[in-house]
Amino acid sequence: MSKTMEPDLQNPLGNSHSDATRKEWKHPSDHWMRRFVLDNRAALGTLGVFIVMMAVFMIANPTVFTTWYLYSSVLTTLPVALFVVVPLVFVVTCGEIDLSFPATMGFASWVFAVVVQAGYDPFLGIAAALVTGTLLGFLVGSLVVYGGLSSLIATLGMNFLLRGLIQIINEGKSTALTSLADSWAYKIFSSQIYGIPVQIFWAIAFVVLSALLYNRHRFGAQVKVVGDNPDSAQQMGIDVKRVRVKVFVFVGIGAAIAGTFSVMINFTWWPTAGDGYLLPVLASVFVGGTPTWGGIGTVVGGAIGAVTVSFIQTGVVAAGLSGFYVQFFNGLIIILSLLGHKWNQARYR
Amino acid sequence: MAERLIELRDISKSYGHVYALGGVNLSVDRGEVVGLIGDNGAGKSTLIKILAGVVKPTSGEILIRGKPVTGWSAARSRDAGIETVFQDRALAVQQTIVRNIFMGRELTGWFGWLKVGKEIEEASRLMREIGFTSKVFTPQSIVGQLSGGERQGVAIARAIYKQADLIILDEPTTALSLTETAKVFHFVRQVRASGRSILFIGHNIHHVYDIADRFVVLDRGKVALAADRSEVKSAEDLINFMEDVAHPGGLAGLHDAGNAKQAAR
Repeated sequence: MSKTMEPDLQNPLGNSHSDATRKEWKHPSDHWMRRFVLDNRAALGTLGVFIVMMAVFMIANPTVFTTWYLYSSVLTTLPVALFVVVPLVFVVTCGEIDLSFPATMGFASWVFAVVVQAGYDPFLGIAAALVTGTLLGFLVGSLVVYGGLSSLIATLGMNFLLRGLIQIINEGKSTALTSLADSWAYKIFSSQIYGIPVQIFWAIAFVVLSALLYNRHRFGAQVKVVGDNPDSAQQMGIDVKRVRVKVFVFVGIGAAIAGTFSVMINFTWWPTAGDGYLLPVLASVFVGGTPTWGGIGTVVGGAIGAVTVSFIQTGVVAAGLSGFYVQFFNGLIIILSLLGHKWNQARYR
Repeated sequence: MAERLIELRDISKSYGHVYALGGVNLSVDRGEVVGLIGDNGAGKSTLIKILAGVVKPTSGEILIRGKPVTGWSAARSRDAGIETVFQDRALAVQQTIVRNIFMGRELTGWFGWLKVGKEIEEASRLMREIGFTSKVFTPQSIVGQLSGGERQGVAIARAIYKQADLIILDEPTTALSLTETAKVFHFVRQVRASGRSILFIGHNIHHVYDIADRFVVLDRGKVALAADRSEVKSAEDLINFMEDVAHPGGLAGLHDAGNAKQAAR
């Protein structure tokens, strides 16, 4: 990370020591711009894909793509995806995968709906949803890590199990939460400021905080090392199992936030809440430039990936093509992005 | 007499029915270089992993500065001042040099946020200290771009960061060039001169003979010989002894001496 670009958390004003150090290690890549590009090549690549895609859409249908309504509708639903895409970047970096987040979204938002319908303040509902998400994340993580199971299969199983539980208890019935519209929680988390859906600001804050967590915090550092070489991490005294459980807990928390936001946007909780997010969210992580093999990844890239994926659906229809093209373009963008990243980043062994 | 830094008493380790170690006694005093020699499968790696806290012994006792330890783990081992440079170097190759040097020991401020500036500063100091001469790499270079010797340098830099009392070098000269090997030797002498200890594990008996103050030969999970430098006349003596252990009935002289020594301990 370039010192010129990034604020140094420890020495916000900078200090002479690090300047001296930098001089001794003088090298062409010390130029901040070169370093910035090298350090963020995956995220920048994703940004490139996004810009090209938007340009194609705009040329195809300039009138639709210059109206605010289109962007407003994407900004309404995008935040829900962002809250799960970002924690998933951590999971994939750690060398694992979590397919149980859609059910966790549904489960946590169900708890939220139950609390709100019982007449309690929505803030209490949010707190209850967060606790539920944390517990479910811990459950899934413990199952994978301490049970020694493959995260791919175990989390898939948990997704079915939890979703089945929701369906059994609710018998497929949804919950309408009309009282939400007058609540403070709705105003703070889900209203609009100057026509911009307010949840996007919360999502951006979440992305920024997570990016710092990923790049500037012990948690992120250990997640990367564990995903890179778990044996070495263990030999150096890192509690590998604990780090792994933590990333699943993080997904649980993100899924709880995402589920709660989706209920607040719709004023309704459906027993299928979260289901439609599985594949777009996974695609976003990899389109964003986080490789499948673990050790490295990019939170900001994942966020840009989520933006790209959510614009494909809206964009293809708005560009005047029939809905039949959506899947085709989804696939095209995913394949092109993967090819781009393959060429863009080397895998060191 | 020098302070006894670490002592292993009657350490055994079995994997199922297979015995990797059967009652090994080993000690390292402050300021000495102990050479640990043994054939493949003699139990060297298991012994090192037990010292590093990565593997738990089936039975036996570990004493640090005379006190028996409980709840021995990799983190505890490092806290006790034992650093290990593993044979495979234990590096995360997709991460930067800084991240590898501070692996499991991140420099953090409030709430676990990294002191990135300080880490980079310390990393470049360490790299200078171990004579990491290449100017092509910065502390923020990815380890995967480095050569074998340079990666070894990163592993050693990590080991010396905390002024550890005991540094375990597991086959440090394997796959290194002559100059790089010389650097490792220079490093070992530096560490000894600073009053700290080294456990040097090697295949190359000449290397071990050149550097160690005391020799321990492991054979099939047991200590076959523990001898001071004064008791071993030359590297050939050691080689003969090793051959004798592998093919009993050969040169008996040193073997007997070794047994007597072993019995005396």
